[in-house]
Amino acid sequence: MARGLFAESGADLQLVGIRKEFPGFTAVEQLDLTVPAGTFFALLGPSGCGKTTTLRLVAGLEEPTSGRILLGGRDVTDTKPHRRPVNTVFQSYALFPHMTVLENVAFGLRRRGIDDPLGKARSALRLVELDALADRKPAQLSGGQQQRVALARAVVNRPALLLLDEPLGALDLKLRRQMQLELKSIQSEVGLTFVHVTHDQEEAMTMADTVAVMNRGRIEQIGSPEEVYELPRTAFVANFLGQSNLFPAVVREAGDDAVGADVAGHRILVPRSRAQRTEGTITLGVRPEKLLLLTEEPTPIAGINVLGPGRVTDVSFSGVSTQYLVEVPGAGTVIVFAQNLVFGPVVEPGADVWLSWRVEHGFGLADAPRGSALQQAHEALVGGAET
Amino acid sequence: MALPAFAGASAPATGRGGAARRSGRVALLLLLPGIAYLLLFFLAPLLSLVMTSLQSPSETVFGQYDFTFNWANYLQVVGQYGEQIGRSFLYALLATVFALLFSYPLAYFLGVNLRGRPILQSLLLVLVVAPFFISFLLRTAAWKQILSDEGLVVSTLKALALLGPQDHLTGTPIAVVFGLTYNFIPFMCLPLFTTLERLDLRVVEAGRDLYGGPFTTFRTVTLPLSMPGIVSGTLLTFIPAAGDYVNASSQFLGGTSSTMVGNVIQSNFLVQLNYPAAAALSILLMATILVIVGVYVRRSGTEDLL
Ligand SMILES: Nc1ncnc2c1ncn2[C@@H]1O[C@H](COP(=O)(O)OP(=O)(O)O)[C@@H](O)[C@H]1O
Ligand SMILES: [Mg+2]
Repeated sequence: MARGLFAESGADLQLVGIRKEFPGFTAVEQLDLTVPAGTFFALLGPSGCGKTTTLRLVAGLEEPTSGRILLGGRDVTDTKPHRRPVNTVFQSYALFPHMTVLENVAFGLRRRGIDDPLGKARSALRLVELDALADRKPAQLSGGQQQRVALARAVVNRPALLLLDEPLGALDLKLRRQMQLELKSIQSEVGLTFVHVTHDQEEAMTMADTVAVMNRGRIEQIGSPEEVYELPRTAFVANFLGQSNLFPAVVREAGDDAVGADVAGHRILVPRSRAQRTEGTITLGVRPEKLLLLTEEPTPIAGINVLGPGRVTDVSFSGVSTQYLVEVPGAGTVIVFAQNLVFGPVVEPGADVWLSWRVEHGFGLADAPRGSALQQAHEALVGGAET
Repeated sequence: MALPAFAGASAPATGRGGAARRSGRVALLLLLPGIAYLLLFFLAPLLSLVMTSLQSPSETVFGQYDFTFNWANYLQVVGQYGEQIGRSFLYALLATVFALLFSYPLAYFLGVNLRGRPILQSLLLVLVVAPFFISFLLRTAAWKQILSDEGLVVSTLKALALLGPQDHLTGTPIAVVFGLTYNFIPFMCLPLFTTLERLDLRVVEAGRDLYGGPFTTFRTVTLPLSMPGIVSGTLLTFIPAAGDYVNASSQFLGGTSSTMVGNVIQSNFLVQLNYPAAAALSILLMATILVIVGVYVRRSGTEDLL
């Protein structure tokens, strides 16, 4: 086998127009993305959105219906899986049941004729703190231990690209945090390219350099975790990555810097650069922790949006913050996260409050939440524009 | 406070112990018919066979045998029939290997490639088992016809000059091994199928992902994972094939140069009426198979099957 294939460092991955159809079902609709060499890339999305299928396409275990896959600039679309410098940590672990843990980890090294496979396998097991169990069979390990063996079995090969399919799903919280740090340090130490699939948004945001949010076989948004969190472009992203308050709004004025829209009779501004659309009916959003609760109507100040009055319907304490639900006539239920700067809630249920936030914290979406009347209006609009 | 706690703790313990003893008695009771059956129909005949194998001809009544601890019977049958004994194991081994080579791809196709198509899978499985609906003797007799000197197979082989003008197929070792292979293919195929049907393909994919080419992955992953099926299939073929006396019989596919130990036992028991020799041969056959199987299972690492 071509030994030169296995780079000392990571390779960049490029997917060009990838589409994957199964009989009667399209798992991946249209995928174009570039993962730069040596980065930690997280693919985030709900169950069934096509994450595993995407990884299988990259590993070569599945053939795309159309599109190309490039690794380090080389087209590997027609390369067999065992010739791709790619390894996978499978969601099902897929450990070899007839081999010991050590032999499992040494498998890839042996296939490539690498020197001292057992020694290298042992040090990989030490990395995941399983060297004491090297002589056991996989069936004698717990789910979390099996997962770490699967991780060691892939990492030990130092592939140019490592694919991780929800590799920490079976671990308890403490070990999971520890493994997240471990993974991150392995990645930066060896400079490999990691594509990490998860449905845990917190995991994606803490570990990844770049996050891609996937929904129904498409990528909805790619960017750094801060970017995607602070400026979601679609309703799906706004609510999958954290929570958002979304309001239907009708654009009244579109200036150079800001767009002014009507939300339940209030004039709400959003920076033009943060609005995906600037005319017609749009959806405006703001994160719950960006909202301020006021017990009196504030005097209008430039650069501050105000919504209200609304009635507090629920207060729930969650340690570092308190969550308030506020019913604002015409705008629906608004969630507010307030830091617990004082003991006890600031207001009680039933109180009348006003909500304010800085204009630059708002965002305007390209679509509307699914199933809402607003979305139907939106689809009519966008559909008309596209045809 | 402590006392009730102790009492509470000890009460269920005695209860559990009693339950265990009770369930042990029930298990014994349920096993009783099976144990009785084994004693009556397996152990007793076996003992009787061992006794018979140690008899020698009566000095007073012709055709009668007396029990005399005549161990020489064993030496005598080995000297007299060593060739047939060796041949039996050779033929059984060949038939097992051929049946395995034929059945593995078939079972793989049925169990792996047809996974998503249960109807086609069941249909083809029925075809594998279908020969059982016709008597084993009839099928072997049919092969005697097919392979006869007047048959299509021989005339074709002669036309292709693969067979000389004076050659035959029936009565040769080739026909006997062929018959054995043919007759035991279902016994090989079914255990292989049940193992391959449950083969976890995700593990095979992991092998390919870890730089195993198709052949290497087969050798290092698929084949070891099919061992339970291979071991049970080969045992189910080898054991009966080694003792078979139908295929090698001259009434079917065999001849004088292909006689197996089964034929010798049959002729000693039923024709020559030399019961001690027949019994000694049977015991030898059984013991040899037991040793071979023991070593084989140990070597293949599938002891848990036994
Ligand atoms: N071999 C297949 N045949 C048909 N449908 C499949 C196949 N593999 C996956 N799918 C479908 O494709 C969709 C995406 O699956 P998957 O990539 O496993 O999702 P995820 O990993 O994001 O949970 C699912 O709806 C699944 O049912
Ligand atoms: Mg998945």
